[in-house]
Amino acid sequence: MPFPASTVLSRRAWLAAAAALAVPASRAAEPLLQRRVPSTGDMLPAVGLGTWITFNVGADPVAREACTQVVKAFFDEGGRMIDSSPMYGSSQPVIGHALAKLGRPAAVYSAEKVWTGDGARGAAQIEQSRVHWGVPRFDLLQVHNLLAWEAHLPKLFEMKAAGRLRHVGITTSEGRRQADFERVMRSQPLDFVQLTYNPLDREAEQRLLPLAAERGIGVIVNRPFREGALLERLAGRPLPGWAAELGCDSWAAAVLKFIVAHPAVTCAIPATRQVAHVRQNLRAARGPLPDAALRARIAADIAKLA
Amino acid sequence: MGEWWTYRPQDFLMFSPRVYARLFELTNADAWPAQPLLVAAVLAWALAAWRRPGALPAASARTALLGLAAAWAWVGWDFVANRFAPVNWPAAAAAWLFGAQALALGVLAWRPPRFALPARRQAGLVLVVAGALLWPLLAPLAGRPWAQAEVFGLAPAPTVVVTLGVLVALAAPAAAWALPVAAALAGAAMGAMLGRADATVLLLALAAAAWARRHGRAAVAS
Repeated sequence: MPFPASTVLSRRAWLAAAAALAVPASRAAEPLLQRRVPSTGDMLPAVGLGTWITFNVGADPVAREACTQVVKAFFDEGGRMIDSSPMYGSSQPVIGHALAKLGRPAAVYSAEKVWTGDGARGAAQIEQSRVHWGVPRFDLLQVHNLLAWEAHLPKLFEMKAAGRLRHVGITTSEGRRQADFERVMRSQPLDFVQLTYNPLDREAEQRLLPLAAERGIGVIVNRPFREGALLERLAGRPLPGWAAELGCDSWAAAVLKFIVAHPAVTCAIPATRQVAHVRQNLRAARGPLPDAALRARIAADIAKLA
Repeated sequence: MGEWWTYRPQDFLMFSPRVYARLFELTNADAWPAQPLLVAAVLAWALAAWRRPGALPAASARTALLGLAAAWAWVGWDFVANRFAPVNWPAAAAAWLFGAQALALGVLAWRPPRFALPARRQAGLVLVVAGALLWPLLAPLAGRPWAQAEVFGLAPAPTVVVTLGVLVALAAPAAAWALPVAAALAGAAMGAMLGRADATVLLLALAAAAWARRHGRAAVAS
């Protein structure tokens, strides 16, 4: 009998349950852990797909095909949210290429950003991004790094009210502009915030994650692996005993489980260019998640090793 | 950009080293067999300038400057604007600077500077040969495939090195150096962020050019 994907178990409970029940040989058939978007009740898988650097491959046909295979594997595994930005070079047209090649999968949840200091240019930039993706509308538009948020947010809320957008958000990374970020979270009816959070970068636990929970704002986590640097530092280190308890066969899955197990987090968006890695990442959205005590231990172990 | 001091140089790198290397591979595939012809043309010019710079100095200098103008224009349009800028949007501005340098070299060719005295001229020609013949070797020396070799007239860095060499050999005015020096520094910074050894080589070439310009006598040889 498989465990429900959304089950959060303490170590002791999991060990007791594992002793009594056979652990499924493969979790591939299990549905992904779904998280509720607080403002609208929509459900989204807890692991999405980022595209910073990895999808910026220009017109290279070989690399574009590799990205298409990553997107295909992502949808095959049950993924939905793909996140990009006009700042990411050619990532948008590469996503559009992949979606077109895959017959425009209905499952896609398109998360984009507006990124211009000129509020008057926002609409044109959004339309250009939409054309690159080849989607009728975006599901989520975020003000990238709070750039000209005073000008962009009212327009995004207008789009949402007119039914041309599902969700509105803001982003930051690596803890930048925390005070401004918090101020916007308190004053604006946001659906999502996007921020950096991982076992080594835990500043968000102090104010932003509790505030998101309090205000009913969904949280998208970027840089879960510090652009791969965290996994490079953990490479070759044996997984601690708790990894088996969580069904983790990789450090990537362990890090992602740590992140998405935080009650305020809606999803993490690791970026990758490899099919094997996207499958590995999505495995983190299956099986048991660590409770608060185990999360603390995971963070401590990773801090020691990395 | 808020809290700009918290950004590292790597934060501005929006593409991977693999993608950057593939740009040269695709450029070479599209340009073949231009590569051996371009290298041969540069070497032929350098050999002639080494042996008998006084025979037709103005024509030789004009040929070099017009050839360089064409190279900068082509690299700016084909590589920088059409291949590099899509994965690195700040490069779109750099493409215009390549165009400006092409224009400047064309203007310089109208009344070309004379060749420098032998020591400086030959130092410049060594740099020209290094840019044309040795720079493409950096790819295999760094463990990258030959197909990713960077060739004068198709890729920015060897085009910059050959240009620096010609400017040394021709005792070109200071103004002609501005953009090639800026391009060399930008290329070195980019290479360093990508962890490529050719960033160091580019800086060495720039230092050699600066040294030759400072210490070599620019008085006319013809």
